[in-house]
Amino acid sequence: MEPVSTDVIASPEMMDESLDSQMTISMGPQHPSTHGVLRLELVLDGEMVVTAKPDIGYLHTGMEKLFEYKKYQQGIVITDRMDYLNPLGNNLAYVMAAEKLLQLEIPPRAQIIRVLMCELQRIASHMVWLGTHALDIGAMSPFFFCFRQREKILNLIEAASGGRMTPSYFRIGGLMMDLPAGFERRVKQFLEDFPAAMDTFETLVSGNTIWQSRTREIGYINKEDAIQWGLTGPCLRGSGVELDLRRHNPYTGYETYDFEIPVEHGCDVWARFRVRMRELYESAKIVTQALERLKPGPIKADAPKVVLPDRDDMRKHMDSLIHHFLIVAEGFNVPPGEVYMPIEASKGELGVYMKSNGGPKPERVHFRGPSFVNLSALPDMSEGEMIADVVAIIGSLDIVLGEIDR
Amino acid sequence: MNTDFARQAIEKISAENETRVTSVKDALGEFTATVPANSVVEVCQKLRDEHGFDMLADLCGSDRGPEEDPRFEVNYHLFSTQHYNRIRIKVELSEDSPKVDTVTTLWKTANWHERETYDLVGIVFEGHPDLRRILLPSDFDGHALRKDYPLRGYEPYSLT
Repeated sequence: MEPVSTDVIASPEMMDESLDSQMTISMGPQHPSTHGVLRLELVLDGEMVVTAKPDIGYLHTGMEKLFEYKKYQQGIVITDRMDYLNPLGNNLAYVMAAEKLLQLEIPPRAQIIRVLMCELQRIASHMVWLGTHALDIGAMSPFFFCFRQREKILNLIEAASGGRMTPSYFRIGGLMMDLPAGFERRVKQFLEDFPAAMDTFETLVSGNTIWQSRTREIGYINKEDAIQWGLTGPCLRGSGVELDLRRHNPYTGYETYDFEIPVEHGCDVWARFRVRMRELYESAKIVTQALERLKPGPIKADAPKVVLPDRDDMRKHMDSLIHHFLIVAEGFNVPPGEVYMPIEASKGELGVYMKSNGGPKPERVHFRGPSFVNLSALPDMSEGEMIADVVAIIGSLDIVLGEIDR
Repeated sequence: MNTDFARQAIEKISAENETRVTSVKDALGEFTATVPANSVVEVCQKLRDEHGFDMLADLCGSDRGPEEDPRFEVNYHLFSTQHYNRIRIKVELSEDSPKVDTVTTLWKTANWHERETYDLVGIVFEGHPDLRRILLPSDFDGHALRKDYPLRGYEPYSLT
C-alpha cells in the first residue's frame, strides 16, 4: 500500500494562512453532540465563533408530501416519526387538527387519558434532553439515570399502545383502545419513585459547580430577540416570556388543571435548563391530577362514520361492519376548510396547518416544528461564544432532527 | 378561540385603506384575512406594531393544483404574545408570477420559513437575504410539494 502523503494534511502554506486569518470548520453531520444529522458550518477566529450556519435536510423524507397521498387516519403513523422523542404530542396535534375540521366532540375520559399520556411523554422527552445535554457537556452518569426513568415511561406507553417510540395511540375521534388493567397502579408507582430521581438530577447536575460554570451566561438571547426569532416553549420561557399554550390557548381541557408556568429571566443556557427542570415537576403534578380524574366512560367520539367501531360491535351489528369496511377501504370525507392547530409540545409550539378539500385525503398538511424554528436562532446565540459552548447551546435548544427535516 | 380581537384589527387596517384587504373569513374559530401580494408587508407591519401580533408563529405555502387560478397561496400565522390571539393572513399567487415580498424585515424567524416555502413549493420571496434551498439538495430539480410533482419524483435521485 502506498504511504499516505502528508503534505496535503499540513502544508506550510496552509499553516501560515491559518495563523492570521479565520478558519472554517464543518461540525457534523456525524457529530455526536449535534443530536442527529445536523451540520454546522462554523467560521472560527481561534476558538471563538465568528459565524455559525446550520445546514439541515439530511433526514428529509418528504413527510408533508406523503400526507397528501394518505388518508387522514393513515397520517397518524407518519407523525410518530417526526419528533421521535415526543410522538404522542405529534399524534395529538395531528388528530386535533382533523377533529377541528370534523368538529368532533371528544369524551372526557379520552381527553384525560390524552393529557395523562402527553405529560408522561413530556417527562420522557425531557429525560432524553437532560441526559444528552449533560453528556454533551461531559457528565456521563446523568445519562444513565435519565434513561432509566425514560425506560419506565416507555414501558407504560408500550403497555397502553403496543409501541415504544411509535405509539400512534391517539386516533381521530378518541383513542386506539382503553388503558390496560393495572395501568393506573403502574403510573402511581412511577410517580412515587420520580421525586427521588429528580433529587438525584438536582444533586448531580444542577448543584454541580462545573455544570453551572459551563452553562451560565452563554447562549444569550433577550426577550425581544426571542420573539423575533419565533422561539417557543422552554427556550422562550428561559428568556422571561410567560407563554405556555396549555394555559394561554388551552386544548384538551388543560385549563382545568392546576400547574405553574416556570419562567426564568437569565436568557442563557442555565435559564433554559432551569425552566425544563421545573417543568418536570409540573408535568408530574398534572399526571397526578389526571389520574385522580380518571373515571370509566367511552373513549371514542360518537361518530360512526369517522371512528372505527369496537370489534365486539362488528360481530353483532351489520351497520358497524359496514362502517368499519368503509372507513378502512375508502376513508371518511372531511368538510372543506383549513385549520391551524397549535399545541405545547415538549420543545415548544407544535402547529399543524391542515387544509381539506372535502375528500378522504388532506390537500395540505404542514407541521410547524418547534425544533426547526428554535434551531434557526442558533447563529444569533452562538456568535461570539467559544466553540465548546456551541455544544452546550445546541443541547439547551433541545432539537430533534427528525422534526426539523421532516 | 375568540376572533373579535383579530377582526377589529383587520377592520381598522382596511378602514385606513380599502385596497389592503381583499376578503375576510371567520371559520372554525380562526380568522383569515386575504390580502393582495403587494400589501402583505404593510399589513403585517401594522398588525405587529399597532395591534400586538408580535410573533410570526408559522409561514407555509400551499399548492391548490395546476388547474386552479390563483394556484398558490401563502399563509402567515401571526400570534400575539400579550393577548394570546391568532390571525391568519393569506396571499394568493398566480402560476405566472409566484412572487411575494419577504417579511424577514419584520421577523427574523421568517428566514427559514420562507426558504422552506421556496424550496418545497417554489414561491419566490423578493428581498430575502439568503433564498436558497433548505431541506432538499441544492441541485434538486423542481419543487416537491407542488401537485404536479410525482410522489416518487421523476427519476430515482442519487447522491453521487
